[in-house]
Amino acid sequence: MITVIRKNSAKNSSRNSAKDSAKDAGKDGPEAGGDVRLSGISKTYGSFTAVRPLDLTVPQGSFFALLGASGCGKTTTLRMIAGLEEPSSGTVSLGEQDVTDLPPYRRPVNTVFQSYALFPHLDIFENVAFGLRRRGIKSVKKQVGEMLDLVQLGEQARKKPHQLSGGQQQRVAVARALINTPRVLLLDEPLGALDLKLRRQMQLELKRIQTEVGITFIHVTHDQEEAMTMADTVAVMNAGRVEQLGPPADLYENPRTTFVANFLGTSNLIEAEVDSRSGDEIVLTAGDCKLVLPRARCSGPTASGGRVLVGVRPEKTSLTHADEAGGIPAGRNRVTGTIADSSFLGVSTQYVVDSPVCPEFEVYVQNIDRDPRLVPGAEVVLHWSPAHTFGLDAAQDIDAGTGTVGPDEGMAA
Amino acid sequence: MTFLRSLSRRLKRRLVVIAGLLTLGYLLLPNIVVTVFSFNDPKGRFNYEWQRFSTDAWTDPCGVAGLCGSLSLSLQLAAWATLGATVLGTMTAFALVRYRFRARGAVNSLIFLPMAMPEVVMAASLLTLFLNLGAELGFRTILIAHVVFCLSFVVTAVKARVMSMDPRLEQAAQDLYAGPLQTFLRVTLPIAAPGIAAGALLAFALSFDDFIITNFTAGSTVTFPMFVWGSAQRGTPVQINVVGTAVFLVAVLCVLAAMVMGNRRNRRRAS
Repeated sequence: MITVIRKNSAKNSSRNSAKDSAKDAGKDGPEAGGDVRLSGISKTYGSFTAVRPLDLTVPQGSFFALLGASGCGKTTTLRMIAGLEEPSSGTVSLGEQDVTDLPPYRRPVNTVFQSYALFPHLDIFENVAFGLRRRGIKSVKKQVGEMLDLVQLGEQARKKPHQLSGGQQQRVAVARALINTPRVLLLDEPLGALDLKLRRQMQLELKRIQTEVGITFIHVTHDQEEAMTMADTVAVMNAGRVEQLGPPADLYENPRTTFVANFLGTSNLIEAEVDSRSGDEIVLTAGDCKLVLPRARCSGPTASGGRVLVGVRPEKTSLTHADEAGGIPAGRNRVTGTIADSSFLGVSTQYVVDSPVCPEFEVYVQNIDRDPRLVPGAEVVLHWSPAHTFGLDAAQDIDAGTGTVGPDEGMAA
Repeated sequence: MTFLRSLSRRLKRRLVVIAGLLTLGYLLLPNIVVTVFSFNDPKGRFNYEWQRFSTDAWTDPCGVAGLCGSLSLSLQLAAWATLGATVLGTMTAFALVRYRFRARGAVNSLIFLPMAMPEVVMAASLLTLFLNLGAELGFRTILIAHVVFCLSFVVTAVKARVMSMDPRLEQAAQDLYAGPLQTFLRVTLPIAAPGIAAGALLAFALSFDDFIITNFTAGSTVTFPMFVWGSAQRGTPVQINVVGTAVFLVAVLCVLAAMVMGNRRNRRRAS
């Protein structure tokens, strides 16, 4: 399959000359590419604001994910890049070219739709050939054949879309868009209709294809795990604005808003007050606990008296029975509590600890040596390294972003 | 007793088939009579009594004055009415489904009026309208009347199809470099085609055999149904049965052809 792709890209030059004659927007071909730049783009429907003025640059060749709950404006943003939605303000540029006023059929951009939108009256071959034919390319047979081989559907070329399974239809949708070697491929929740196993498989497949063809992918999804698995850069959107943007690991380790902290995985947030500063660290008090936080990891107020939400991820926290609290190394942040609930997950065990400073403190403990005393009702000490602690401004809603992620989509194990 | 019981059991099992065959016979009987009497050689002017077998009428279908003229007129009328009603009806259906405009609700219900209204009422009011306009009654007035009542059937058939169409298909076409015209010709129209075809067939059939409205708006023009009605007063030539049988056969052949094509397509898909 990889060799097929190589052959494909070797043919790029000849293919692009055909594209040039047919379509002025594709004049400089995908090699010239360039970044996707949104400047001050917004969309309002009557009094409803779907997207607030937004600035966003997607570097050429990157796999970019727009992540957010439904209704956060991510699909609208994508459709404005495709030209299917007219922005209320702002501009869309591809490289040096301002495409804001270009209709969709003049933009060197292709979309994989959420429902795939395969043409029901055309067979798979003609579906994939559609874009080439509309650009006036006559001999499409070889190219379509190669593209169908790439998505492993060579055998199905003469079937109609409704005769294929969901996963196969999804691959046709990708092939139909990709065959045009667009400068940007837009993916609107393309895996939403697939079952979990197939979704994982397609995630890897799409990532592999993107690496091979080097086209910029902009992927819209509400599945944080999907975004983190596939994308180089993730933009977390909430209520029509980008909350935070960065590489997945960076967003996960250093969330700057409660929405990001809760939407990407799970976070334990403790309301605390800044007590003092010592060097690069801030000392905070929450109830009778003293917590230490590196100053660089605090996006909230750092002056004493400031209200801060102290956060830590469940898998970075250790759980020790209260009888052995003496053995905990010094310098770690500690919180006491009672185990309220425990569930065995195989790889790990999830504990919910009722603590005076945080009523539902979640902890994941790897199942290496299970301590039989850690059962609901047991007195425990939770402790973690200050380096794994982050601080958020307490002026925000502590629960933002929690209700939107299902329990099975959490960062368990 | 056992014999009776087994008979009743067999009857019960075949009940649906028997009912179906009876219904089919009920539907087909008039057609069979028409066909049989197309081979009759009647005595006198009326073709109501079987005399003896003859193919005279089949070898000379235009042997009766005015029959073939009226038939060709009816076919032309049906063709033009189908064209007019299909084009207008398709556009109306798209407008009703795709766009929000003032009076959309009113148009939506008014379009069904010709279907719901008694034909005589519509015929009389159309005649009044034509007379007041000073229009000369004839082919054109019949055509206008036919387009009016065919329209609502076409709109209904096409609307159902367009409503079930995913608007994202057209967006996908645009995304794949098809301009508005290409999108319409390559995606919208082919997908709506079955609805449009159904509407057109319905329009043709309705226009071809319409009598009441045609009779009011025809003036001195005579269509085939009017010719049949007129000759029924004075005597029925066997040629009427010939034309009736031929129309029936053409319709059956069309249905059979569609079925064969559909079967072949299904078999190809399955393989």
